[in-house]
Amino acid sequence: MGGLQKKKYERGSATNYITRNKARKKLQLSLADFRRLCILKGIYPHEPKHKKKVNKGSTAPRTFYLLKDIRFLLHEPIVRKFREYKVFVRKLRKAYGKAEWTAVERLRDNKPGYKLDHIIKERYPTFIDALRDIDDALSMCFLFSTFARTGKCHVQTITLCRRLTVEWMNYVVTSRSLRKVFISIKGIYYQAEVLGQLITWLVPYQFAHDHPTDVDYRVMATFTEMYTTLFGFINFRLYQTLNLVYPPKLDSKAESELKAEHEEDYAMDSESYLEKLSALSASLARVVATAEEEEENQLDQFPADGEDLENMEAREKEQKEQEAQNRLFEGLKFFLNREVPRESLAFILRCFGAEVSWDKSLCIGGTYNVTDETITHQIVDRPDIDKQYINRYYIQPQWVFDSVNAKMRLPVEDYFLGVTLPPHLSPFVEEKDGDYVPPEKLKLMALQRGEKHVQEEEEDDDDDDDDEEYNDEVDDEDLTEEKNLKKMEDQRSQGKQTLAVKVTPGKVKPWETGSVGNKVRLEKEEKAEEKRLAIMMMKKKEKYLYDKIMFGKKRTTREANKLAAKRKAHEDTSKAEKKQKKAKKQ
Amino acid sequence: MRTVNLESQKNGTMSKAKEKSAKKRVVEEDDDQLPIFDKDVTEKKAGEEDDADLSDSEESVFSGLEDSESDSHDEEEDAEEGDDEEDDDDAVILDEILTKSSGVETATEPPATDKNTPTQPDVKTAPKRKMKKGEGVAMDDGGEKGLITTRHGDEYEHDTSDEEDIRNTVGNIPMEWYQDYPHIGYNLDGKKIFKPIRNKDELDEFLDKMENPDYWRTVHDKTTASDIRLSDEQVDLVHRLQKGQFGDVNFNEYEPSVDFFTNEVMIHPVTNRPQDKRSFIPSLIEKEKVSKLVHAIKMGWIKPRKPKETTPQYYDLWAKEDPNAILGRHKMHVPAPKMRLPGHEESYNPPPEYLLTEEERMAWEQQDAEDRKLPFLPQKHSCLRAVPAFSRFIHERFERCLDLYLCPRQRKMRVNVNPEDLIPKLPKPKDLQPFPTTMSLVYIGHSSLVRSISASPTGQWLVSGSDDCTVRFWEVNTGRCMKTLEVGGAVKSVAWNPNPAVCLVAVCFESTVLLLNPGLGDRLVVSSTDQLITSYEPPEEDKEQAVTWALSEGPEHDNGHRLTLTHPKAVKQVVWHGKGDYLASVMPDNSSNLQVLIHQVSKRRTQNPFRKNKGLVQCVSFHPLRPYFFVATQRYVRVYNLIKQELTKKLMTNCKWISSMAIHPGGDNLICGSYDCRLAWFDLDLSTKPYKMLRHHKKALRGVAYHKHYPLFASGADDGSVIICHGMVYNDLLQNPLIVPVKVLKGHQITHDLGVLDVTFHPTQPWVFSSGADATIRLFT
Repeated sequence: MGGLQKKKYERGSATNYITRNKARKKLQLSLADFRRLCILKGIYPHEPKHKKKVNKGSTAPRTFYLLKDIRFLLHEPIVRKFREYKVFVRKLRKAYGKAEWTAVERLRDNKPGYKLDHIIKERYPTFIDALRDIDDALSMCFLFSTFARTGKCHVQTITLCRRLTVEWMNYVVTSRSLRKVFISIKGIYYQAEVLGQLITWLVPYQFAHDHPTDVDYRVMATFTEMYTTLFGFINFRLYQTLNLVYPPKLDSKAESELKAEHEEDYAMDSESYLEKLSALSASLARVVATAEEEEENQLDQFPADGEDLENMEAREKEQKEQEAQNRLFEGLKFFLNREVPRESLAFILRCFGAEVSWDKSLCIGGTYNVTDETITHQIVDRPDIDKQYINRYYIQPQWVFDSVNAKMRLPVEDYFLGVTLPPHLSPFVEEKDGDYVPPEKLKLMALQRGEKHVQEEEEDDDDDDDDEEYNDEVDDEDLTEEKNLKKMEDQRSQGKQTLAVKVTPGKVKPWETGSVGNKVRLEKEEKAEEKRLAIMMMKKKEKYLYDKIMFGKKRTTREANKLAAKRKAHEDTSKAEKKQKKAKKQ
Repeated sequence: MRTVNLESQKNGTMSKAKEKSAKKRVVEEDDDQLPIFDKDVTEKKAGEEDDADLSDSEESVFSGLEDSESDSHDEEEDAEEGDDEEDDDDAVILDEILTKSSGVETATEPPATDKNTPTQPDVKTAPKRKMKKGEGVAMDDGGEKGLITTRHGDEYEHDTSDEEDIRNTVGNIPMEWYQDYPHIGYNLDGKKIFKPIRNKDELDEFLDKMENPDYWRTVHDKTTASDIRLSDEQVDLVHRLQKGQFGDVNFNEYEPSVDFFTNEVMIHPVTNRPQDKRSFIPSLIEKEKVSKLVHAIKMGWIKPRKPKETTPQYYDLWAKEDPNAILGRHKMHVPAPKMRLPGHEESYNPPPEYLLTEEERMAWEQQDAEDRKLPFLPQKHSCLRAVPAFSRFIHERFERCLDLYLCPRQRKMRVNVNPEDLIPKLPKPKDLQPFPTTMSLVYIGHSSLVRSISASPTGQWLVSGSDDCTVRFWEVNTGRCMKTLEVGGAVKSVAWNPNPAVCLVAVCFESTVLLLNPGLGDRLVVSSTDQLITSYEPPEEDKEQAVTWALSEGPEHDNGHRLTLTHPKAVKQVVWHGKGDYLASVMPDNSSNLQVLIHQVSKRRTQNPFRKNKGLVQCVSFHPLRPYFFVATQRYVRVYNLIKQELTKKLMTNCKWISSMAIHPGGDNLICGSYDCRLAWFDLDLSTKPYKMLRHHKKALRGVAYHKHYPLFASGADDGSVIICHGMVYNDLLQNPLIVPVKVLKGHQITHDLGVLDVTFHPTQPWVFSSGADATIRLFT
C-alpha cells in the first residue's frame, strides 16, 4: 500500500552496532593496532540487547562495538601515528635486508613516536576522574617495576614504572594518606585515601617472576604505556597540591644527612638518587618552605541544627579518629632486621609517623644503627635472636599491619618472637548482619571499644558460649517460621485424634506452660500464616524475585553456619589436644 | 677499471659521510681542496654549455659509427666530454697524461691526485654521477668498436645491408601483388621484367626433382622468378648457420681474451693529460657555502641535533579542567568496575575456619577453574618470611587487562528491594471470618478413595460415592454413617437434589445414573418424593430416547433405588439444576457429539443439547438463576443459552487441562481448577480471560466449590490440602471481586499420589467437606 518495502536490518539496533572486523576495516588498522587503540582510548565492546537482530539474523558469536565508539576513534590522531609506525617498520626491515646501516641509523633516529597526553585528558576530563581510575595503574606499575630487566619489556618502561611508584609512595608518606594494609598470599594490599578517593593497590612480593607463556605481554605493555602516562600526570598534580617539588627531591637537610655517610663509593649520584628516594627515610623538598608543622585542619564550625548537627559531629569525630590514626606510630623508633620486607614496612611505618632505619648493608638511606639505644621496636622475622637489647620490643612484622588496621597500637605480647601469631584478618571485609564474623574480629572490636582485655581462659569460654548462642540463633532463622508452623499445624490437625489417644511425656517448653507465652506464640503463628497466605497471592514476577532474594539470604546464612561449625570443630580439637598435653605433663 | 671505479664510488660515499659528521675538518682542509673546488666550477660551466649537444654526441658514440662529419665536432668537445665523464677511463688516462706532462708540483704526489680527481666531483654531483655511470660503461664498448672500424677505413666493403638483389626495383614487397601481371617488377632502367613464359607445373617439378642432381641446392627467387643454384660456399654457409655456428669460416670464436684494462691499480697515470688548473684552485662557491655554515654555527643558528627525549614530560594536565566537560565519547560510557577487595580467606595467616578441609580441597581441585568459588587455595603460613610468591600474579593482572578491554560492560540494575515490600498488603484473614479453620470431624467408613461428595440442601446429611462401589450417607453433625448402598460399580459422582422439597440423590457409576431416595430427613418430603416419581404418566407417543428410564421395584426399591437411567456410555458426572427437576450427565468421549445429556425427571425425558462435538467435555454446570449451561472442555469453558440455544461466551482459561468448575451463586463469577495447579477466577462481566490466576497449590487441583451464602470458595488438590479463599463479589459492578486466601487446611494423607478429590461446602454453615484418596471425608469448621 504505497511506499517502498522496508528493508530488514537497515534501522534500529542493527545500525547502532558494528562487528569488530568491520570496525577494523573501517579504521584500516591491523588487529594488533586496533587492540592497541581500543586499550589506549578505553573502548570496549558492547553487548546488544537483541543479539540476533544486530547480527542480522545470524546467531554466530561476534564481538560488537557501538558504532559511535568507532566513529569516535576515526578522528583520533594517533591512528595516523600507527600507520606511520607501520611504514617505519617496513622501511627499517628493508634497510636491514639491504644491510644499509646508515639508513637504519637514520631511520632509527627519526622513529615516529606518539604522546598520549591528549587521550588522558580526553578520557579523564577532571582530575578526580583520573584518581578514581588509578587502582589498576598502580597495581600494574608496581608489577612492572619488579620485573627483571630482561626481555619481557623495555628497560625504560621498567625504570619509569619504578620511578613513578617511588614517587607515589613518597607522596603517600608525605600526605599520610595510607588507611589499610593487608598481607595476602598474592602480595600486600594497600589502601590510601587521596583527595577523598579510596585507592587500593596490590604489590607483589619481591621475588623473581616466573614469566608465564600464555600471557600476551604486548597487551600488558600497551596498558602500562597508558598507565605510566596517566600515573605521571597524577603524580605531578598530587605533588603540586602538597607544594612539593616534582620530580621529587630530597629535603636539603635530609640530603646532607644522607650524604654525610660514605656513599660515594656506592654508585653514581644519578643512580643512587632514585634509591635514596625509594628508601623513603627522608622527607621531600617543598616548593615553598612552609613551617614544619602542617596547620591543623580544623573544621570550621557552622551553625547547624538537627540532622546537620549530628552529621557534623559525626564528621568531626571521624576526622579526629583519622588524625589519631595518622599519628599512630609517632615518636616510635623502629629498626628493621634484614629478613623483613624493608620497602613495605618502611613505607607503612613512615606513613604513620615513625622513624625507621635498617642495616647499612640492606639498603641505602638507613639513618641509625642497631646499637642505637633509643630504638623502641625492632621488627624481626626469625624464631630467635642472639643479642637482645632490653629496652626495646622484638616483634614480628604482622604487628605493624594489624595495628594499622585496628587504628591502635595492639598489645605487643601476641607478636613477640617465636609466638604463634594470631590470624591476620582482612580489613576490607565489612560484615553485615547475618554474615559470619570471626571471633578474632569480635575480640578486636571489643578492644577498639575500649573494653578491658579479660583473662584468656574466660575469654575462650565466653567465645564458645557466644558461638553456641549464635548457632542457635542462626538455626532458628534458618528453620524460619515455616518449619515451626508446619509442626504446629500438624499438631493441631492431629491433635484431636492423637492427643486424646496417647499422652507422651513431652518436654515442657516455657511458652506452653504460661498462658502469656501461649498468646505470644499464637500471635506469632498467626502472623506467619498471614505472610504465607499473602505470598500465595503474589504476582508471578514478584514471587520469582522474592524467592530469589530469600534463596540468597538462606545461602549466606548457610555459609555462615558452615564457617561457624568449622571453627567450633577446630577449637574442640585444639582444646582436646591441649588437655592431652596437660594430662601428659601431669 | 671497474674496480677503480667502485673504489672511487665508495670513497665518495665515505667522504660524504665524513663531511657530514665532521665539518670542522673540511674547514681545516680547505687549502688542499680549493683547487678541486675551482675545477668543479669550470666543469659545471662546461656542462651547462654543451648540455644540448651532449645527447647527440653520446648517441653517436653509442652507435659506434664515427662518421667524418661528427669527427671534427668530437675533437672540439673532447676536452669537455672528458670532464663530464670523469670516470671514463679514457678521460682518466688523458688526465693522467696531462698531469704527468704538467708541472712538477703535481707530479710529486700523483697517487693523491689520482684518487682525488675522481672523488671530489662525487661530493657535489653524486646523484648525477650515479645516473651516468651505466652509460659510461656502455660507452666504453662503443668507443672501442669505433676505434676498430676507423682503422679499417672503408666501411661499405662488407656492408651486408647493400647486398640486396637490385635487379628488381619493386623492393621488399609481397610478390603476390604482381600475380595478375605479366611482369614481376622493373629493372634499374625502369623496364618491365617479364615472368618466364611458362611456369613450372607439378610434373616439371617432379621431373626436376628426379633428374636434376642439383635440385636440392636450387632455390626459387621470387623477385626475379628464376631458380638459383647455390654454390658450394653458400651451401656450406647454410650448414654452418643451421648448426648455430658463425657464418664466417675464418672467425675464431675462441680467441684468447686480452685484458684491455688491468685490474691492478697502476702507479702511473694512464693518460698524460695535465691536471686542470681548477683542481689546484679552491672553489669559491664552496668556500662561500662553508663560510656561511661556519658563520651560522658561530652565531648559534645551527645547533647540533639534540638527543631525543626519552623520558616523558609531565605537567599539570588538568590545569584548566572543566568539570562539565562531556566525555569525548558517548554518554553510555560505563567506567570499569574496581577489583574485588580481598576477604579473610586470602590472608597469609587466615583464621582456621577459612582453610579448606581435605574434602573441600579435593573438590576444589576437581572443579573447573571457572566453577571455583575461590580462584586460589587459602593457605596458612606461620610467618611472613615463609610466604612464597604467588604463581598466578601475572596471570591475574593479565586477565584484568583482558577484562578491561574485551569485556562488554553493562549496567546491571540490582534490585535493592526489601523482600517484605514485595508481599502484597491484604486484609487480615481474622477480619474476613467466618471461614473453616480446623478439622473437626472425620467420616470413616469407605475402603477406597472417595471420589465425590454432596451435602443435602438442609445441611443435615452428606452423601459420598467411592471406588469401593458403595454410596454412603452420613449425618453431618455426628459423623455417623446412616446408610450404605452397594451399587454395581465404582461411583464416579454423586449429587444431592438442591430442591429442599425433594429428597433425591443422583449417583452415577459406569454407564448408569441412579436416582436414589435415601429416606433420610423429613418423612413428608420422602413420601412426596416417592409420590412425585410414581405419579409419572407415560405420554401417548413414545419418543426414541438416548437413555432408557427404568423404575426400580422390589428389593431395589426398598434400598432406595427409584429410577435407573442407562446411558450408552460411561458417565462421569451428574449435576442437578437449581430447581431440582433437571439433571445433566456427562459422558466424556472425544469422538461423538453425544457427550452431555440433560434429563427431566418429572417427565422422564432426555435430550442431547449439542449437535457438534467441541472437544472432550470435562464437566458441566447449570447457571443457578438463569437458563445458562456451562460446559468445560479441556481448555475452554463455553457458556450456552439454553432457551435461545446458542453459544454466548467462550472463556479462555489459559490452563492445560480443566479438572473442575464451580459457579458463584450470584452467577456472574466462575472458578476453574486445572490439573496444572492453577485456579482461574473468571468475572463473566469483565472478560473472557481469567480475572485472577491463583497458583497456590503445589499439585493438580481436583475439586473447587463455592459457598452458597458466604463469600468463600475452596479448592482441593493432590498435595492433600484444601485452601479456603475469601472471594467477595460486590454488587457494585465497578468493584472487582476481592480474593484473599484465608486458610490452608491439611489433613488428608496422600495415597497413590492423590490427595483431596472433592470439596463441597455446607449449604448453610461456613463449613467445608473434603473427600480424599485416603478413603476419608473430613469436615473443617
